[in-house]
Amino acid sequence: MPDDPSGTASNGADTQWPLWEVFAQSAQGAPYQHAGSVHAVDAEGALQNARDVYSRRGEAIGIWVVPSQSITASKPEDTGPFFDPADDKVYRHPQFYKIPRGLKGL
Amino acid sequence: MVMREQNTEDPQKVAEFEARIARGESIEPKDWMPDRYRTQLIRMMSQHAHSEIVGMLPEGNWITRAPSLRRKMTLLAKVQDEAGHGLYIYCGTETLGVDRSELVDQLLTGKAKYSSIFNYPTLSWADMGVIGWFVDGAAIVNQTVLAKASYGPYARAMIRICKEENFHKRQGYEIIATLASGTPAQKAMAQDAVNRWWWPSLMMFGPSDANSPNTAELIKWRVKRKTNDELRQRFVDQTVPQAQAVGLTLPDADLKLNDVTQHWEFGAIDWDEFWAVVKGNGPCNRERIAARRAAHDDGRWVRDAAAAHAAKAAARSQPAAA
Repeated sequence: MPDDPSGTASNGADTQWPLWEVFAQSAQGAPYQHAGSVHAVDAEGALQNARDVYSRRGEAIGIWVVPSQSITASKPEDTGPFFDPADDKVYRHPQFYKIPRGLKGL
Repeated sequence: MVMREQNTEDPQKVAEFEARIARGESIEPKDWMPDRYRTQLIRMMSQHAHSEIVGMLPEGNWITRAPSLRRKMTLLAKVQDEAGHGLYIYCGTETLGVDRSELVDQLLTGKAKYSSIFNYPTLSWADMGVIGWFVDGAAIVNQTVLAKASYGPYARAMIRICKEENFHKRQGYEIIATLASGTPAQKAMAQDAVNRWWWPSLMMFGPSDANSPNTAELIKWRVKRKTNDELRQRFVDQTVPQAQAVGLTLPDADLKLNDVTQHWEFGAIDWDEFWAVVKGNGPCNRERIAARRAAHDDGRWVRDAAAAHAAKAAARSQPAAA
């Protein structure tokens, strides 16, 4: 089957467009959370596609789209060494401190 | 993608991976995974995405002929959901390092499989009801379990899909319940649709466990949580009382409740028919792929125009090159 039996399409490779990551806010005051991704030619198209794909039932009141290639992520193999500086700092938690029993508001 | 031989993989990494699975951890895109896990997921997820996309065609057939505005709006919304579900799953599949364009190409060239149920024709309006009730009902049984799959992006897409498909199933059942309580001709139409779709719906769960070579591995890696036969039984058990409630019969003389197990026992599935449809010889296989190709080709000018618009806008926003 030829790619374009109708002969009406332009030349040049067909494309699925660049990939964008979608972050959605579900309610006033809620954090933006990753929802998934969409393909789009530009930011405006990405926003519209994100709305149609990830918010057909009012799941979002706000959407961010970010080119996928602009995201820098920590690596799974670094998970231990990258995050372990926090492991020995129990004094960052309130439970570390001894307070006389029965006091309120502490 | 490049396939490496399984035995070149570091056994320690495989052991660590399987320990993570055993602990019930979620595997994320950048985590190390065996090649075989990756390829099995790409196969399963892309087949699932293709099924959502091809699944729009049998129902799209009735949009212009829906019997009321309410039914038409509902059907449009349902078909739009199926497009969305296809996109969620393609997006999840891409996290495994494969391009959507490659997957779409596999569908259009006939290399990829999709659920064989969509190779049956939709002959009457009652088929819209039965598809929602049986086909989406079976899909929910399947997907509720997949929502606990070990691969994070797949599981998350399934959770989203399951929420939406409850509407699909209920709208289908409402159509059938309405027809079943209507005129004798309407009830006969509903019964006819039930008769035609029942067995193909049972086949949606795939070959019986004895003939499902992938199942053991997929269960070991927690991609699947239940076998095909277990899920099929769950679907039969939930559907029989729903048919009884609207006074319709399921076309199986062997269907009976086992008093001990409390499961509905059912007759033999025609696996010859199943394999014939899977291999491309169902009633509508060629028609479905031809329709997808036509849609893809006819939409090309839109993709080209959007790309040209974006290129021009980008050029305008850049200062002239020195």
